Amino acid sequence: MYFTRLTRGALAALALVGGSAHAQVDLTGMWGQLVHSDGPDRGVGPDYGDYTGLPLSAAGLLRAESWSDQKWTVPEHQCEPHPIDYAPWGPAGMRVWSEVDHPTQRITALHQTFQWMITHRVIYLDGRPHPSQYTPHTWMGFSTGKWIGDKLVVNTTHIKEGWTRRNGPARSDKGSLTEFWMRHDNVLTITSITEDPVYLTEPVVRSMNWQLDPGYQHGPYPCSARVEIDRPQGFVAHFLPGQNPLIAEFRKNLGVPIEAAQGGAESLYPEYEQKLKAMIKAGKK
Amino acid sequence: MVQVSLKRRTVASAVVLTLLAVGAAAVQAAQPARRGQAAAPAAAPPLELVTEHVRGNIYMIGGDGGNVTVQIGDEGVLIVDSGFAQNAQALLVEIRKLSKEKIDYIVNTHYHPDHTGGNAVIAPTGEFVGNVRVGVAPRAAIWAHENVLTRVSTSTGSVKEPLIPAQGWPSETYFTASQELVFNDEPIQLIHMPNAHTDGDSVVFFRRADVIATGDLFNTTMYPYIDAAAGGNINGYIDALNRIIDLAIPAANEEGGTMIVSGHGRIADEYDLLVYRDAITIIRDRIADMIARGMTLEQVQAARPSLDYDGIYGATSGFWTTTQFVAAVYNNLKQAK
Repeated sequence: MYFTRLTRGALAALALVGGSAHAQVDLTGMWGQLVHSDGPDRGVGPDYGDYTGLPLSAAGLLRAESWSDQKWTVPEHQCEPHPIDYAPWGPAGMRVWSEVDHPTQRITALHQTFQWMITHRVIYLDGRPHPSQYTPHTWMGFSTGKWIGDKLVVNTTHIKEGWTRRNGPARSDKGSLTEFWMRHDNVLTITSITEDPVYLTEPVVRSMNWQLDPGYQHGPYPCSARVEIDRPQGFVAHFLPGQNPLIAEFRKNLGVPIEAAQGGAESLYPEYEQKLKAMIKAGKK
Repeated sequence: MVQVSLKRRTVASAVVLTLLAVGAAAVQAAQPARRGQAAAPAAAPPLELVTEHVRGNIYMIGGDGGNVTVQIGDEGVLIVDSGFAQNAQALLVEIRKLSKEKIDYIVNTHYHPDHTGGNAVIAPTGEFVGNVRVGVAPRAAIWAHENVLTRVSTSTGSVKEPLIPAQGWPSETYFTASQELVFNDEPIQLIHMPNAHTDGDSVVFFRRADVIATGDLFNTTMYPYIDAAAGGNINGYIDALNRIIDLAIPAANEEGGTMIVSGHGRIADEYDLLVYRDAITIIRDRIADMIARGMTLEQVQAARPSLDYDGIYGATSGFWTTTQFVAAVYNNLKQAK
């Protein structure tokens, strides 16, 4: 009887300890992108003036419409990688590996690199707090993760100012990111929620898929900035409000009403489809 | 940044002078309010100083009005700016956590009291090994552009007292484009940026650590305060940002490398400077275009030329509002026409 109780107790303890560790899923490996509706972002990039489906605030829309791709001719801007809230959505395979505390064999951190400019991110799993408001912001931000069952939930702050789409819509340095990492067999899905009190009126929610690809390897991606166009010191590429001729191309080519091209929270929801049809039928531009 | 009107500043200076006589502890308790809080409560908000390591032997202390940069080493301690007068004792405690060595140098990036207010309390606690004439001085040397000395020592308003007590005035000034120091085996450049935030701005470039303290020529949390009465100008401000960008060299992927200690806000790098420079330049260009189209200041303000940046740098209340910033830019550009 005594022996049985001891065994039961040990099994229960094992179940608790082992169960906790076992709920974690191995997220490490080389992951290649599975491209779906996110094709434009993961490929050549979205069209100038296409802000469809983005919940831009008035400030966000003005910022987007003032943006000029001449920015990339300015040497100081040339080597900017995609920030962490866009990097998985942009053109990039990724490598994920773990950091293990040897005595306890606990995974204390996940590391992640994206092929695009070989950015390196650390997701701390050791319960540390986020740093103070005076700490530098980085492209990858400061990330902490927590397992909920077999899903990893990652919170990221301290992200450098970046973009929600790479044709002008900005995300401010006040923005933050929440991700849910879910592995199903050899497919990894990351659902990300970008929040920004400055340029978004609602969170941007996206899901991205990867296929485990053990044969895939990153190559080096060095970037050295150089002067491509001789410009006066302090040149800043932008269009004055109302004077950007390029943003009309997208909506004219596809027959998208201006209101829909400008995005907005309303355009995120299924009901908007009816409104869009009505606008097109009414010949709205 | 300075967070005080001239009248309040003078009154505040008088308060500081009086309270210095009865002890710095009393200063902190009795100072009615931090500057700039026009409708401030009777007690100053609780002081929360935060020290962050920047690189090598350089640290930043935030939370005391303007950011304070601290360089430590075998020779002693050098600080860039000294925060508010009423917080000086707490700042000293924070500096002492980093180093027990004497404080040899205070460098002021400009004259505003949230950057020079602590001079009079901190300098007497230091020691400066000067030249043959000076010998070992029983106080820290205070370096600044000469226009800083002019401004902190000038009486303003109805109370005939200088902005800060004489003990806190710069003891070493320069009037040239730059001034070199070597301290703790590190070459340090004070580089004058004319007519930007004020007429006496310096950035402090720690060349071995590769860190630049910008003073209020760069903030991560607010629009530039253009102190026009003290020679500040939006075009000079943008010129200064461009010069600092030229000094900074990022590491990989436009990140890291030269680190920047801002006047207010977080530790930054060249990319953060770029974001700020771009924003301020774009707003300047929009206002210039509106002026060219004959718009009045009221029309320009109603058109909200800074709308897309207000959520980051703007303010609707307090010392320096978005409305005031737009007016300052408008007036600068209008005068330049």
